[in-house]
Amino acid sequence: MSDAVTRADHHPHHDPHKLGRAHGGGHGHHGPDTKHTIGAGEHGPASKRIIVGYGFWIFLLSDIIMFSAIFATYAVLHGATAGGPTSAQLFDLSNVAIETGCLLISSFICGLAMIAAHERHMLWTQIGLVFTGLFGLAFLVLELREFADMIAHGAGPQRSAFLSSFFTLVGCHGLHVTVGLLWLGTMMAQVWAKGFTQPIQRRLLCFSLFWHALDIIWVALFTIVYLLGAGQ
Amino acid sequence: MLGKLTLAAIPFDEPIPLATSVVLIVVIGSLLTWITVKGYWAYLYREWFTSVDHKRIGVMYCLLALVMLLRGFADALMMRSQQAMAIAGAPGYLPPEHYDQIFSAHGTIMIFFTAMPFVIGLMNFVLPLQLGVRDVAFPTLNSVSFWLTASGVLLINVSLVIGEFARTGWLAYPPLSELKYSPGVGVDYYLWSLQIAGVGTLLSGINLVTTILKMRAPGMTLTRMPVFCWTSLASNLLIVAAFPILTATFAMLSLDRYLGFHFFTDDAGGNSMMYMNLIWAWGHPEVYILILPSFGIFSEVISTFSGKPLFGYRSMIAATMAICVLSFLVWLHHFFTMGAGADVNAFFGITTMIIAVPTGVKVFNWLFTMYGGRVRFTVPIWWSLSFMVTFVIGGMTGVLLAVPPADFVLHNSLFLVAHFHNVIIGGVLFGVFAGYTYWFPKAFGFTLHEGWGKAAVFCWTLGFYLAFMPLYVLGLMGATRRMQHIDDPSWTPMLYVAMVGALVIAAGILCLVIQLVVSIRDRDNRRDLTGDPWDGRSLEWATPSPPPVFNFAVMPNVEGEEAYWGIKRTAIEQQRLADEPQYEAIEMPHNSPTGVITAFFASVMGFAMIWHIWWMVILGALGAFATFVWFAWRDEDEYEIPAEEVARIDRERRRVRTEVLLPSLSRPA
Repeated sequence: MSDAVTRADHHPHHDPHKLGRAHGGGHGHHGPDTKHTIGAGEHGPASKRIIVGYGFWIFLLSDIIMFSAIFATYAVLHGATAGGPTSAQLFDLSNVAIETGCLLISSFICGLAMIAAHERHMLWTQIGLVFTGLFGLAFLVLELREFADMIAHGAGPQRSAFLSSFFTLVGCHGLHVTVGLLWLGTMMAQVWAKGFTQPIQRRLLCFSLFWHALDIIWVALFTIVYLLGAGQ
Repeated sequence: MLGKLTLAAIPFDEPIPLATSVVLIVVIGSLLTWITVKGYWAYLYREWFTSVDHKRIGVMYCLLALVMLLRGFADALMMRSQQAMAIAGAPGYLPPEHYDQIFSAHGTIMIFFTAMPFVIGLMNFVLPLQLGVRDVAFPTLNSVSFWLTASGVLLINVSLVIGEFARTGWLAYPPLSELKYSPGVGVDYYLWSLQIAGVGTLLSGINLVTTILKMRAPGMTLTRMPVFCWTSLASNLLIVAAFPILTATFAMLSLDRYLGFHFFTDDAGGNSMMYMNLIWAWGHPEVYILILPSFGIFSEVISTFSGKPLFGYRSMIAATMAICVLSFLVWLHHFFTMGAGADVNAFFGITTMIIAVPTGVKVFNWLFTMYGGRVRFTVPIWWSLSFMVTFVIGGMTGVLLAVPPADFVLHNSLFLVAHFHNVIIGGVLFGVFAGYTYWFPKAFGFTLHEGWGKAAVFCWTLGFYLAFMPLYVLGLMGATRRMQHIDDPSWTPMLYVAMVGALVIAAGILCLVIQLVVSIRDRDNRRDLTGDPWDGRSLEWATPSPPPVFNFAVMPNVEGEEAYWGIKRTAIEQQRLADEPQYEAIEMPHNSPTGVITAFFASVMGFAMIWHIWWMVILGALGAFATFVWFAWRDEDEYEIPAEEVARIDRERRRVRTEVLLPSLSRPA
């Protein structure tokens, strides 16, 4: 299959933190040849960590496709302002720059928290997760303030098709951040209560993938909606 | 308190929906009473509702599909009889607002709640068995997927009793589906039942893609997988790539309807043609999501009953993946009349015609598989033969419709209706029926009655031609689709023939029901004790029928294409089975009520959204979040089957295999 997996087959010690299960994992899918159950293709089912991570990647790809449908809609409706305000009149790039900063810093700290989790260091993991959440929350507050400001100036989503698509695209990302924060809170409680068990490590892996994916979407959003929009 | 929901939502003044509701309530009520009296609830809950076993979930999907087939077909009978009656001034018996709900419900139910669950159910049941593994990648998520689909089914059927269904056609085109023109709850029922079921389907797609790509028995490289696994892979890749578009599109229409957004409205810059583009960017891949697994089933069936390996295995894979990619490049042929211009229409017309090439490759591969084989004419092979003839006709009318100038004439006519029924009945449905007959003994341990099965094939085939060939003709004569009454009396004979065809299909459905009842009654004489009733070639036939919960005591070692055929041949040549393996304890996932609970809250939220009962929406959301946390808090999600138990079950299997494959060894000396 992929290069990473092929490499995994040749290096039995690629999993120093024991995140995967040596014996086939999951549902007892160990074949007769248990030494080589990590990886896919010729050597039987992959380890549970790989299966979970892979499945979550596929989910993220599907989520990105959902965003792409909304991006396409936004592109079509960008000019459909129905006599209302245009993107160039509405967007305040300095606010968006701060939002972007918050989100990127949040992601960076999330990465640090994951390193701490790999080292099974409770305090630094929790501190990292708290700040990941705080910067995420700051992003959300700034975004909601921008929304409230626009609505107060008569530029709400009901005003024109352009604004409908703007609020939906940016709001959908914001909704993802909100869900991410709920997930983050749940994960913090779980890490606290259960410690760094294998299932918890897998969930942290998925959470960090999710959180970074939101960054990727935001970068596209920042570029296409705000940078291109403010110039027009 | 109850939003828009009042007593007026129950159709007291409309006799037909009322009578249907009463019948439905009586049937469901007596079923529930029967279960209660017999004390089956605990068993059902423990063994089925909370089961995370892919085989049980697959069976439940198929059962759901069969029940919904009856519901969707009842709608079809009503439409055909209305059109046969309401000719030249006669009113018929269905008023327009009711007739419109019926054709919308028919399309929605048949695609989303009959074809989809049937296909997904068969994939669920068969894939892990064919791949030689013990379950899908995420067993609990699998249960969630199923119950979300069931939640969608529940909501769409509630619309029969409380309120109304959409009058917009099965894809709810705006601006008709916007609040301004559809102020009732019908479109909301449509949106929420499909949104919820769609999430279930998406999760199922993610699950099965991961299963196929990351969980295969040792030695099962991609090019050793049975073709059904390949077509399922293509189908699930399409689910992952297409269903998010559906989710986004329905979300936008919902925002229009609930919060006054302007995506698809007539005013404030909305663009309803964008909805057509988005919905068909999902909708065209969707038809391949349905047909590709059917192609896989025909491949398995034809190869098995011809006693030969599939002709052109690699070209079959190439054709499947070509269709998978091309299916995303053709969506605009659903609305050539949009006026995108000659260049755009030519592009999409040509891409559409190109799909006929890999499909043709498949048809020839099936024919060459049968050529020179000793074909056993069982029920699945009859479905396959009927499919090959019927589907080729449907494909050719499809290529005809792909020519933009012809499409301008035939757009939205009964010719189109005949075309897509031709490929969906003759392709998808015949395929799942073949698969249902083929894998039924694997699921339940006894075979289905051959005679009634052949009668079903005969009635469905004849009924299909009688019902839809007249529609081709009527379409060419200018009849548009979705007409509640007919003005031109010269169309009467054709409409009568179509009506008779629908009745013959009804007989076909009856044959299927009788086949099932008779087979269950005579199950003791129909037992499949061997686990391999058809002399099969892929790994599912290496297990007993029904397979133990863990499928394989020890994961099989795959050494080539047609894994089980190889094992079987080796055993017969060497006159012994492979050595008894070292049995180990097996960990299997615990049953979990997560799916049922998630679906419960999804149904509550969906219903509350439809009727604008906001407190209930919040309650549903809180419940969903609580379920998530509760589920995430679990510690032990697996139990162990001890090695002795595994050994006991597998030794029994080996004893039976020895009897079947090596009769000389098991005969007493």
